[in-house]
Amino acid sequence: MTEPVLEVRDLCVDYVAAHGAVRAVDHASFRLGRGEVLGIAGESGSGKSTLAQALLRILPPPAVISGGEVRLEGADVLALTEAELRAVRWRRIALVFQSAMDALNPVTTIGEQIVDALHAHGDMGPHAAHERAGALLESVGIPRALLEAFPHQLSGGMRQRVCIAQALALEPSIVILDEPTTALDVIVEREILEQLRALQRRQGFSVLFITHDLGRMLQFSDRVAIFYAARLVEIGPAASIARDPLHPYTRGLLRAFPSLHGDAGVLEGIPGAPPSLQNPPAGCRFHPRCPLVMDRCRVVSPELVAHGPDRRVACHAVTPPAPAEVRAPA
Amino acid sequence: MRFLLRRLGFYAVAGWVALTVNFFLPRLIPGDPATALFARFQGRLSPAALQALRATFGLTPAPLWRQYLTYLAHALRGDFGTSVAYFPSPVLSVIGTALVWTLFLAGSAVVISFALGTLLGVVAAWWRRGWVDGVMPPVLVFLGALPYFWVAMLALYGLGFGLRWFPIGHAYSDDIRPGWTVAFAADVAAHAVLPVGSIVLANLGGWLLSMRNTMIAVLGSEYVNLARAKGLHPARVVLRYAARNALLPNVTSFGMALGFVLGGSLLTEIVFAYPGQGYLLLQAVRNQDYPLMQGIFLVITLAVLGANWLVDIVYLWLDPRIRDTAS
Amino acid sequence: MSDGARAPGIAPWLEAIRRDRKAAIGAALLVAFALFGLLGPLFVGDPTAFVGIPLQPPTWRHLLGTTGEGQDVLAQLVVGTRVSLAIGFAVGITVVLLGAVVGVTAGFYGGRADGLLSLLFNVFLVLPGMPLAIVIAAYLPSGPLTLALVLVVTGWAWNARVLRAQTLSVRQRDFIAAAIVSGESDARIIFSEILPTMTSLLVAQAIGSTIFAIGAQVGLEFLGLGDVSGVTWGTNLYWAQNDSALLTGAWWTFAPTGLCVALVGFALSMLNSGFDEVTNPRLQLERDWRAHLAAHGLGVPRSTPVVPDRD
Repeated sequence: MTEPVLEVRDLCVDYVAAHGAVRAVDHASFRLGRGEVLGIAGESGSGKSTLAQALLRILPPPAVISGGEVRLEGADVLALTEAELRAVRWRRIALVFQSAMDALNPVTTIGEQIVDALHAHGDMGPHAAHERAGALLESVGIPRALLEAFPHQLSGGMRQRVCIAQALALEPSIVILDEPTTALDVIVEREILEQLRALQRRQGFSVLFITHDLGRMLQFSDRVAIFYAARLVEIGPAASIARDPLHPYTRGLLRAFPSLHGDAGVLEGIPGAPPSLQNPPAGCRFHPRCPLVMDRCRVVSPELVAHGPDRRVACHAVTPPAPAEVRAPA
Repeated sequence: MRFLLRRLGFYAVAGWVALTVNFFLPRLIPGDPATALFARFQGRLSPAALQALRATFGLTPAPLWRQYLTYLAHALRGDFGTSVAYFPSPVLSVIGTALVWTLFLAGSAVVISFALGTLLGVVAAWWRRGWVDGVMPPVLVFLGALPYFWVAMLALYGLGFGLRWFPIGHAYSDDIRPGWTVAFAADVAAHAVLPVGSIVLANLGGWLLSMRNTMIAVLGSEYVNLARAKGLHPARVVLRYAARNALLPNVTSFGMALGFVLGGSLLTEIVFAYPGQGYLLLQAVRNQDYPLMQGIFLVITLAVLGANWLVDIVYLWLDPRIRDTAS
Repeated sequence: MSDGARAPGIAPWLEAIRRDRKAAIGAALLVAFALFGLLGPLFVGDPTAFVGIPLQPPTWRHLLGTTGEGQDVLAQLVVGTRVSLAIGFAVGITVVLLGAVVGVTAGFYGGRADGLLSLLFNVFLVLPGMPLAIVIAAYLPSGPLTLALVLVVTGWAWNARVLRAQTLSVRQRDFIAAAIVSGESDARIIFSEILPTMTSLLVAQAIGSTIFAIGAQVGLEFLGLGDVSGVTWGTNLYWAQNDSALLTGAWWTFAPTGLCVALVGFALSMLNSGFDEVTNPRLQLERDWRAHLAAHGLGVPRSTPVVPDRD
């Protein structure tokens, strides 16, 4: 991979509480290349959204980043001051939340909110900013006239498109999509994702696509990372993982999602439930539900190791421990 | 727009309830109200005054429903009857100037305490550092628990009587001629400092805490978080995204609190012998001047209803979601 | 108040008093005042007796001085406590009960009943309370009963509003739908299913209403609408104002009384807010977070802080 646009190494995010912190992201490491779409999959509560917001450092209390490194186009995000963070946010990395209704200020117009982003980062005059806001709306298929509309006057799908347009206002290098279409119906969802992909190809930004819908993600992503109980358990090219999932959890996930094409196959859920992050199982966190569980799994936590040229897995069954475990880049 | 009309209808109903309460109250006295009133005032009122009293309350031989309608008709014309203590002045004219002073006093106090409280509340929510954030709410609660008029008494005693910084009563000095002059305005202002100040002091804490708490809740919302993610300047986030939204529920409670604050300001007027409705009310109670009492009640009620409607207009302007609600 | 579905009964309140300092202080103050009012009169003389030269400042014989009528201020304060607090609590509980009847009925039945009842309490909410109370009280014989009546008339509407809102939200929950479908009678649903979820809210409302009742009572008595020959906090202030205490510099005739009113109101408020804090987990989390940051020598940051672990 050429110089990655985002490099995350051993990132840890805790939620502080008097009786002990809850680790929502546990030593996450991955890279994001320029123009690449990286999908991040996992169940609700697995730490995906926390990870996304941690990259921008906008997690509300009681969150604390307790370790690791985040390099955004070379800059160490965790070491930036408030002012520097403000300059980096939106300009280099932008975010689209899951619930667009809650993400937009109810008392100001759409146009005003987009222009806010433009004004905060440059010296665009009011007229030019207005023009650009209008152009942005049109690029996601919304009439320019709706610049004067308020969020409550738009449908859910339109609001989400507005959020996307807003995210692209400053032509960032990375756009994080946090469950962008969960609250929408399937048809609208597809349209929006197609539009996004077109924009992405045209403008060349990287995407971090967070979702629990594995099927969607495999369709739209170049590479995919699987999160389980605050940990990254598998990462690799989408097609490769779809064809040949390695981690038992990934395999369970794929079996649980029907495919629109091909055989009906057998739908299976994964027995058991995801663990509470307050009291996670010892060793491999998936071991209580794993069909391939061994004694080692109950005690030793597997590291994310290379498996082939472009895959990494954290599973004792898949990658038997070598004398020296070296973590190689994916 | 329909929203405003609906609210106006509501206030009309409330006003009607007030009128109806006023109508039935004298008739609650056991026995024939006319005789009862006569018995109460016997020896103290001239026959002409008694007759006027009867007329005010519509205690004519006509059947009850007709009395009621006559009463309503009179009220809508602004005829609230004749005062007993200030006989033969009509109630409305006795209330006249006093109303202006009450509106001035209560109006300024309410606006100042809300504006100041809200502003400080925004600051308090943003600047939550150290021990101040923990100690401030209980202190403000304590301040808010002080009875208005008691604060007024303390202020009068301490700053007026004791330190002689401010005049100790009335709306303006005896030796100044009322008029639109700077001297008069300054004199009025000097006399208003203590009364307005005590109402503001007793009221401020409540608005401050309310705004602070709403702000804290709003500061945790998604759109504020996204505003931060957009890299907006903190001032803009706090004012345009947070405060602007936190203001809404507080404007609503402002409307509901108006009647309450007005009550407190009436008592404050009494402490300072301020020539407003409160002072008038005290006289009315002392003299059992029922027409005046009821007249004051009606006028104050109308003022509060009117003010509430103004608050509704402001709310409409502040919240775009209301503008589009048809139902 | 956020969610009314808390553990029922008095237990959460005792819990709050135990865990939150503010609630504990409030409770302690209330107990002190209760003792003051109940046992105090045994230690002071007759508050209406003429004991010395009027308007004397505090001395060892008369710890709070004498009034304009030559009476002992401390005695008046102590004896007045009983009546003022009693009326306050009685009215506080009554308005909550009345508000509950109206509010729960409106919230549960909905439709026209709700429309009518809502209109009723909204009207009473918007009509200015003090002038209304004055007008009503002026027609009735003066005394604690009249006072209680006008306080109830002017104070019930707020409770009706709050409890209606809470009933509406509880009514939508699944267990209520199940009870309705299984044919339980309305009365049973209201009393056995809905009300138990609101007990904590009811206590909180009672506390708030008591604060209102005490303050409004004192205000009305100050105007002379209570029984001016009686001894209560409000009538004390009435006489202080009447005897021109302020203009003769006799601060002791009114300052202590107002302070007591404020302290009781403060104590009740502390109970309520302490309870709020303990039952609102988010406030607790924030406090832990701040403590954690402070332990690492950091102030409160705007963005997510980076606090390296000793991992």
